[in-house]
Amino acid sequence: MTTPSETVAVQAPEALPVVRTDRLPLLLVPALALLALPFVGSFSTWVTLTFAGLAMGMIIFIIASGLTLVFGLMDVLNFGHGVFITLGAFMATSVLGLMTAWTVSGSLLLNLVAVLAAMLVAMTVAGGVGVAYERLIIRPVYGQPLKQILITMGGMIVGEELIKVIWGPQARPLLLPTAFQGSILMGDAAVEKYRIIAVVLGLLVFAAMAWVLSRTKAGLLIRAGVQDREMVESLGYRIRRLFIGVFIVGSALAGLGGVMWGLYQQSVIPQLGSQVNVLLFIVIIIGGMGSVTGCFIGALLVGLLGNYTGFLAPKVALFSNILLMVIVLLWRPEGLYSLGKK
Amino acid sequence: MSEPLLKLEGVHTHIGAYHILHGVDLQVAQGELTVLLGRNGAGKTTTLRTIMGLWQASQGTIHFEGTDIAARPTPEIAQSGIAYVPENMGIFSDLTVAENFILAARGSRRIEDMDAERLEWVFGLFPAMKRFWQHPAGLLSGGQKQMLAVARAIVEPRKLLLIDEPSKGLAPAIIQNMIVAFRELKRTDTTILLVEQNFNFARQLGDQVAVMDGGRVVHAGTMAALAEDEALQQSLLGLSLAAHQ
Ligand SMILES: Nc1ncnc2c1ncn2[C@@H]1O[C@H](COP(=O)(O)OP(=O)(O)OP(=O)(O)O)[C@@H](O)[C@H]1O
Ligand SMILES: [Mg+2]
Repeated sequence: MTTPSETVAVQAPEALPVVRTDRLPLLLVPALALLALPFVGSFSTWVTLTFAGLAMGMIIFIIASGLTLVFGLMDVLNFGHGVFITLGAFMATSVLGLMTAWTVSGSLLLNLVAVLAAMLVAMTVAGGVGVAYERLIIRPVYGQPLKQILITMGGMIVGEELIKVIWGPQARPLLLPTAFQGSILMGDAAVEKYRIIAVVLGLLVFAAMAWVLSRTKAGLLIRAGVQDREMVESLGYRIRRLFIGVFIVGSALAGLGGVMWGLYQQSVIPQLGSQVNVLLFIVIIIGGMGSVTGCFIGALLVGLLGNYTGFLAPKVALFSNILLMVIVLLWRPEGLYSLGKK
Repeated sequence: MSEPLLKLEGVHTHIGAYHILHGVDLQVAQGELTVLLGRNGAGKTTTLRTIMGLWQASQGTIHFEGTDIAARPTPEIAQSGIAYVPENMGIFSDLTVAENFILAARGSRRIEDMDAERLEWVFGLFPAMKRFWQHPAGLLSGGQKQMLAVARAIVEPRKLLLIDEPSKGLAPAIIQNMIVAFRELKRTDTTILLVEQNFNFARQLGDQVAVMDGGRVVHAGTMAALAEDEALQQSLLGLSLAAHQ
């Protein structure tokens, strides 16, 4: 028998694998927009619709991003996520109601301060309620999918009723501060200022999230946990803590999304959350459960498609999102970005 | 003999309705490499997972450095100084090799914080890690992934390494590389519990050996004694060394 040499055995030099990032799904958004152009016909109408769709998509992304990570990390399907949207939106009606003097003033600064204050309060309250919600509704049913679905749906209903108790069952106005009203002319297309703001805000949230997920240890742990939470625990990290953190941030972002949604519609109803809920799940299924980038693309697709079909064929608009989901899943059964979850 | 670093006594493990471990007794002495052998389905992986707290022992004790860790949660067990390389390697394929390292190094927030000297030592054992440092771990070959899995376990000093079948599916040259790495690890007095099916691999590294069958340890002794006793090998493992080579 041969004694093994104590040097590393000579091996053929290993080839460097080619780093190939999967960018194909990213092309879907411009592809959909271009596809819609000939159907819409008028270029200026198309620009208006596209901005509306992007703004809507960004808001949906902000709302759904937490939901997809919450599922990715702990396989928790939270059908009560919509509560945080409604809660955020109603908080904003209260905050902006108190600050009417500022919102109707012509000063951009005062307008901005009022909106930021509303967003901050909405996020804080939604995040705070998220802590209690995780404790009381999610934690008792970890690892029990059926109970989870039932109890989180129950949470949605109870939450909505509580909101009605506090703010009343009627729609409440949520008016845009003066400076954010009106449109900008791009060529002969009118684009509402607020939609541009929503797009910018959505991009900022996406960039911040991408930064955290790729540049901080907590972010790396979240991505690792989405893939293999047992291994994260075996390396000595408490995944539960990480999850609670993600849940709180996700709830706060849903609150922020609620404010933005409310300002977009200029009014808020208690059923807002439950109405958006289905859309959220369509988005995260399209994107691939657990993938933030997938969620981003999915949200933009859903936002754009909703606006194009709403204009072209309002009857189709109702199920166009489901159709989109089916097509995406036929192409990629696990969604745009599958995470190779264990 | 002094108290072993790790000591399992009468450990039973149930997975759901299945009773998998039926009273495992196992000792791992400080500074030694103990090989856990046994046919497929003998309960080797289940034993490691039970030590790590990934399955809960339904009965029995698991003493690590004298304290019973049987009821502790996995992160706490890891923090007490046990590193685990699972059978499926547990690579985070979405992350780069560097990012896999940084997560394994609990003490560091960023790559720059990691102990550079130790890092070089790990690179010396597994040069591919340095070469593919910025590559997504999912693109590594099977052998490289296995190396990453072991490298991750030693990126910071740990008191005990639990390693599940590191030779699985590897080409002979890579296995040789792995053996060299383990020899170097042994030189640093690291205590290792190694699950291995490849008796040739196991024989070259093991100080002690325990053989499992049907959810129990059916033989424990020195590797030297087992390596010499072909009749014993035959009866325990159903193979002789001569036939294997
Ligand atoms: N998740 C599980 N659910 C049910 N039974 C399981 C599970 N995991 C393992 N078992 C059973 O437990 C027994 C021991 O499995 P274990 O994986 O510990 O064996 P092993 O010695 O590691 O085998 P191998 O050499 O094939 O890796 C087997 O009979 C297996 O079928
Ligand atoms: Mg096994």
